[in-house]
Amino acid sequence: TNVKSVFLLQLKVLICRNYKGDVDMAEIDHFMPLLMQHEEEGLICPVISHGNVHFLWIKHSNLYLVAMTNKNSNASLVYSFLYKLVEVFTEYFKELEEESIQDNFVVVYELLDELMDFGFPQTTDSKILQEYITQEGAKLEVAKSKVPTTVTNAVSWRSEGIKYKKNEVFIDVIESINVLRGIEPGVNANGSVMSSDIVGSIKLKTMLSGMPELRLGLNDRVLFALTGRDKGKTVVMEDVKFHQCVRLSRFESDRTISFIPPDGESELMSYRINTHVKPLIWIESVIEKFSHSRVEIMVKAKGQFKKQSVANNVEVRVPVPSDADSPKFKTSTGHAKYVPEKNLVVWTIKSFPGGKEFLMRAHFGLPSVENDELEGKPPITVKFEIPYFTVSGIQVRYMKIIEKSGYQALPWVRYITQSGDYQLRTNV
Amino acid sequence: MTDSKYFTTTKKGEIFELKAELNSDKKEKKKEAVKKVIASMTVGKDVSALFPDVVNCMQTDNLELKKLVYLYLMNYAKSQPDMAIMAVNTFVKDCEDPNPLIRALAVRTMGCIRVDKITEYLCEPLRKCLKDEDPYVRKTAAVCVAKLHDINAQLVEDQGFLDTLKDLISDSNPMVVANAVAALSEIAESHPNSNLLDLNPQTINKLLTALNECTEWGQIFILDCLANYTPRDDRESQSICERVTPRLSHANSAVVLSAVKVLMKFMEMLPKDLDYYGTLLKKLAPPLVTLLSAEPELQYVALRNINLIVQRRPEILKHEMKVFFVKYNDPIYVKLEKLDIMIRLASQANIAQVLAELKEYATEVDVDFVRKAVRAIGRCAIKVEQSAERCVSTLLDLIQTKVNYVVQEAIVVIKDIFRKYPNKYESVIATLCENLDSLDEPEARAAMIWIVGEYAERIDNADELLESFLEGFHDESTQVQLQLLTGIVKLFLKKPTETQELVQQVLSLATQDSDNPDLRDRGYIYWRLLSTDPVAAKEVVLAEKPLISEETDLIEPTLLEELICHIGTLASVYHKPPSAFVEGSRGVQHKRLPGSAGSGESVDSPDTGSAAGVSEAPPAVIPSQGDLLGDLLNLDLTPPTTTGPPPPTSGMQMGAMDLLGGGLDSLLGGDLGGNPAMAAGFGAPPAVMPTSFNAPVSGGLDDLFDLGGGVGMPMGSYSPPKTVWLPAMKAKGLEISGTFARRSGVIQMEMTLTNKAMSVMTDFAIQFNRNSFGLAPAGPLQVLTPLSPNQSIEVSLPLNTVGPVMKMEPLNNLQVAVKNNIDVFYFSCQYPISMLFVEDGKMERQVFLATWKDIPNDNESQFQIKDCHLSSDAASNKLQGSNIFTIAKRTVEGQDMLYQSIKLTNGIWVLAELRVQAGNPNYTVSLKCRAPEVSQSVFQSYEAVLKN
Repeated sequence: TNVKSVFLLQLKVLICRNYKGDVDMAEIDHFMPLLMQHEEEGLICPVISHGNVHFLWIKHSNLYLVAMTNKNSNASLVYSFLYKLVEVFTEYFKELEEESIQDNFVVVYELLDELMDFGFPQTTDSKILQEYITQEGAKLEVAKSKVPTTVTNAVSWRSEGIKYKKNEVFIDVIESINVLRGIEPGVNANGSVMSSDIVGSIKLKTMLSGMPELRLGLNDRVLFALTGRDKGKTVVMEDVKFHQCVRLSRFESDRTISFIPPDGESELMSYRINTHVKPLIWIESVIEKFSHSRVEIMVKAKGQFKKQSVANNVEVRVPVPSDADSPKFKTSTGHAKYVPEKNLVVWTIKSFPGGKEFLMRAHFGLPSVENDELEGKPPITVKFEIPYFTVSGIQVRYMKIIEKSGYQALPWVRYITQSGDYQLRTNV
Repeated sequence: MTDSKYFTTTKKGEIFELKAELNSDKKEKKKEAVKKVIASMTVGKDVSALFPDVVNCMQTDNLELKKLVYLYLMNYAKSQPDMAIMAVNTFVKDCEDPNPLIRALAVRTMGCIRVDKITEYLCEPLRKCLKDEDPYVRKTAAVCVAKLHDINAQLVEDQGFLDTLKDLISDSNPMVVANAVAALSEIAESHPNSNLLDLNPQTINKLLTALNECTEWGQIFILDCLANYTPRDDRESQSICERVTPRLSHANSAVVLSAVKVLMKFMEMLPKDLDYYGTLLKKLAPPLVTLLSAEPELQYVALRNINLIVQRRPEILKHEMKVFFVKYNDPIYVKLEKLDIMIRLASQANIAQVLAELKEYATEVDVDFVRKAVRAIGRCAIKVEQSAERCVSTLLDLIQTKVNYVVQEAIVVIKDIFRKYPNKYESVIATLCENLDSLDEPEARAAMIWIVGEYAERIDNADELLESFLEGFHDESTQVQLQLLTGIVKLFLKKPTETQELVQQVLSLATQDSDNPDLRDRGYIYWRLLSTDPVAAKEVVLAEKPLISEETDLIEPTLLEELICHIGTLASVYHKPPSAFVEGSRGVQHKRLPGSAGSGESVDSPDTGSAAGVSEAPPAVIPSQGDLLGDLLNLDLTPPTTTGPPPPTSGMQMGAMDLLGGGLDSLLGGDLGGNPAMAAGFGAPPAVMPTSFNAPVSGGLDDLFDLGGGVGMPMGSYSPPKTVWLPAMKAKGLEISGTFARRSGVIQMEMTLTNKAMSVMTDFAIQFNRNSFGLAPAGPLQVLTPLSPNQSIEVSLPLNTVGPVMKMEPLNNLQVAVKNNIDVFYFSCQYPISMLFVEDGKMERQVFLATWKDIPNDNESQFQIKDCHLSSDAASNKLQGSNIFTIAKRTVEGQDMLYQSIKLTNGIWVLAELRVQAGNPNYTVSLKCRAPEVSQSVFQSYEAVLKN
């Protein structure tokens, strides 16, 4: 079960690597026409097949990354790998696009050679790769002449001999709230929340010397239940996902999050919490469409969080019909803007204190000749971020850092809550 | 400066210039030139002419240059095999370079050069590299063995590389282990019978240890390899599961899915009553839900797999409906998959929410999505009876929108709703008829015609409506033509006086003016039926239709099992076995799930067959029952693909004609015998069963003439009277009728086999499909003497309950395959669940009380038993005969309350409270069970036992 070859394309093939010799590379010529055909029929699908050959593809800006196979390959592995390619290339070249590939084609070939062998993904950690595959080849001959032991180590994500003058770890706890709110059937009214969850992410910026052993303590209810401690609020995490560095069996057995961290920035873990959350910014909207004449929009936004907190950069995006014209706005705070290319009104409020309520009214004209085309019913979406606060109440209780040299290191923690997929359906 | 400059030199004489530069003395210039060559290669120019010059640059200590030359070699060596030899020396030398990067690079590249002559030289360096001190080289060499095997398998075997590779599974470095596993799996895939992987508890243990330490990709290789292993028993199975579950917390979705595959497979071996089984089920849901936050393509793979998982184990995600709600910005392929899963998870508990969502989706703009949403509403109506009314009214609302494709989809599904709930919603027919003109899709037209024909007696102008379709008869698709033919015949049978002309018209259109054999044959059959015996015609054409299945589009169980073994792969995305889309995999074994706990005495164990003295037909002759069942179902719809040999005599089929009332033999004899399509058409339900009802596992096996099966629990004594399970006309003259009995703790399947054909039948064997309680024959079918024409024989087949388990619908449905010297035949029958009530089913009083309290009230169901005139004691005695035990009796205000317990063969307890009031012939029975789905069948047994 593996990949036969990987292509990077943008209408034409930019670069390709054939990992197994048994598929005709010319098969890739069928990919673009088939893709276009599917797109026209409105039936795009991440797998396209032509005869015995299957194309598994993803798109990154204008670039298609395509894996080709004629076997029953592990599809999830292939997509994971393609996304990993994007990640590695982006870390190497900042932007992954036609230009950066052409500018660096030698390195791209080298990377493709190192990332995968005979269809099996190999070393894909870009920090480690950068130790022996570099863009300024000539200068670093010496460094490159050795395989970093890290490549084949059990600790394949951190090299030895890292040194910092000041040893610090920065921990960001970021929670995104996903909300899907329905509509009351039949009435132009605001329905109730149909589903909501919290997706949290704990990110590290590690600036520690040597090979430190870290242990992260959270107010995890399962852990507290295991240890019999019960101090204050705890949080139930429905599902947790960890970076490769975390010892999963250890977590499974006693809920300890222990690891040797990668150097620099990384996502240590993510979690999902199922508890029903009150939407932090509650929207009530009335959208009235008078055919052939006008659309009137009234949106009320209410901050349903503590008075002491402030939501920053709040954006309420309200859909309008594509043929609307002559916008007029009135807002009690912030400012509203019509974005015709997206058929949206964007109402921006830089700073939105908890408990406050604001209003926006918009008025659009509609042409007397109606647009025949059926239009979808896009939802109202909301964006915001609230610093110094996690909606779930999750807390970092401690971060223990032990290194054999015995240095003292400081952990810094920052909390933030932001909007995730925050959709409020509308009737119009 | 960037590399892009290399792409710009495209003037004439380029090759010539490059040649000069490649041969330059200056290192830098050489390197620049090679870069230009690679750049040209990248944009697709043929630079193979430079082969010798590029190879000359190979001997360099500049790693970057070396890599470029190697890259060039991989591309062009195949087209210049003779010159490729020039590179061999350098390769061999590089394989001994002090720098491990170069050793690995050389062995990696050499394996990619698919030139036979080179491979010979590869062996020695490869052998060294496999034992290299540096793990980076070893892990590269491990993969190289698979490469070499791909080019020359024999060479790899002769050189003993496979053994070295196996040794690497014990390597100290986890990445080497992972690559060795990957390489071995790859090789094993092309040699399915080589037993190459030879997994045993020791190797499994090594793999599980490496699993904790290797990279995310290595973890996937190992998990995928583990999935091929079959643990020896449930304990080993559990211990592997325990070590695999931590992987569910890995950030890489592919690791999670591969872990899910292993767990889904090994879970089959765990006894359901094991605590750990429940724990494992609970652990699977959260990671599956989290996969829905992955990138859209990974979500798609996850959803396709979840679709399989909910079919196999619906309990895992039954509370997670909401996460499958469609979001506006989901890509269309994600939306369509979510919709599919929503329907699978729909139940009485969540139906209101589901319907509200579906209605919302049905007003979206994406045509495919909207169609599917409308169809889904219909499926909900059929699946959840309580919601049917609401679904119908939602569909009517949608019809009012007059959006063409919405109306058509709605009509197609309403037809199915009519089928499922006869005489309930026909009042909406008038609304449907209003939309007749707007239907332009064959499926919708056929559905509408079916409705008009089926309810002709309630539609005043049915004849006009059908006639209007007749005008363009020859322009219609076959589907519509067939339906129109049947519809008009139905109309004629219902209103003969006014429609004679119409029926003659359609019969002549079908038989004389059409060149479609199916249509013609069906036309002839109707014609002859009508002209010879209208009563028989009525019985055939207007016969009661078998119920349609709740679930549509279910994947056939054998295929589902195979796909579960392929979770995460393309097969699971396509929902097709790999053999259907991978070339050269025809001979490859189909993967199967391991049998459940305790199924050691499988039906195909060789000694059961021979011990019984059945000469050459042990039950195992029926290779994969599921597959054949699948074929059989298809057979209904596509008559000419009959698989078996042609029947020896036409008289065989004639035997079946008796069922139609006789008298036809003489008329049809010659014709029928010589016309297989016609014969098949007869056995095939489509005449009255619209084709969209495909694959209802239970319903499809029943058919018009099957008088016995599928018509609910046969009423009668504890052992119900025999009914016809397999009519002779469906089985080339073999008729089977039967019943079930429980005698001294043994379940007996009692059958009468009758030979209604003209030749002798021998070599009988029997096999069951997986079923709800694991019923399986305890021995072979004992028919020792050949069965002569017109002879009957009584057989009693003891059954056990250790066979493979799969939930059936209805629960007590049993699909049976019987083989004789002529063919294999299938039928389904239903056993009274009281057969499964075991003798030690009397619960302790205290336990009873505690259990009764412990089972949630939601699991309680209440039934009425009407017209029963027994005293409570008589009832108690009677029930005890069937292993329904009375534990206590209480009398409150003249009402006797009997507390009773039942234990099923699979250990499920059912607790009952039976209320008997003097002078009231109606009993009330309340049943409580942790598996409430058995309640209905248990109640039926109560009724059957008490009334006989």
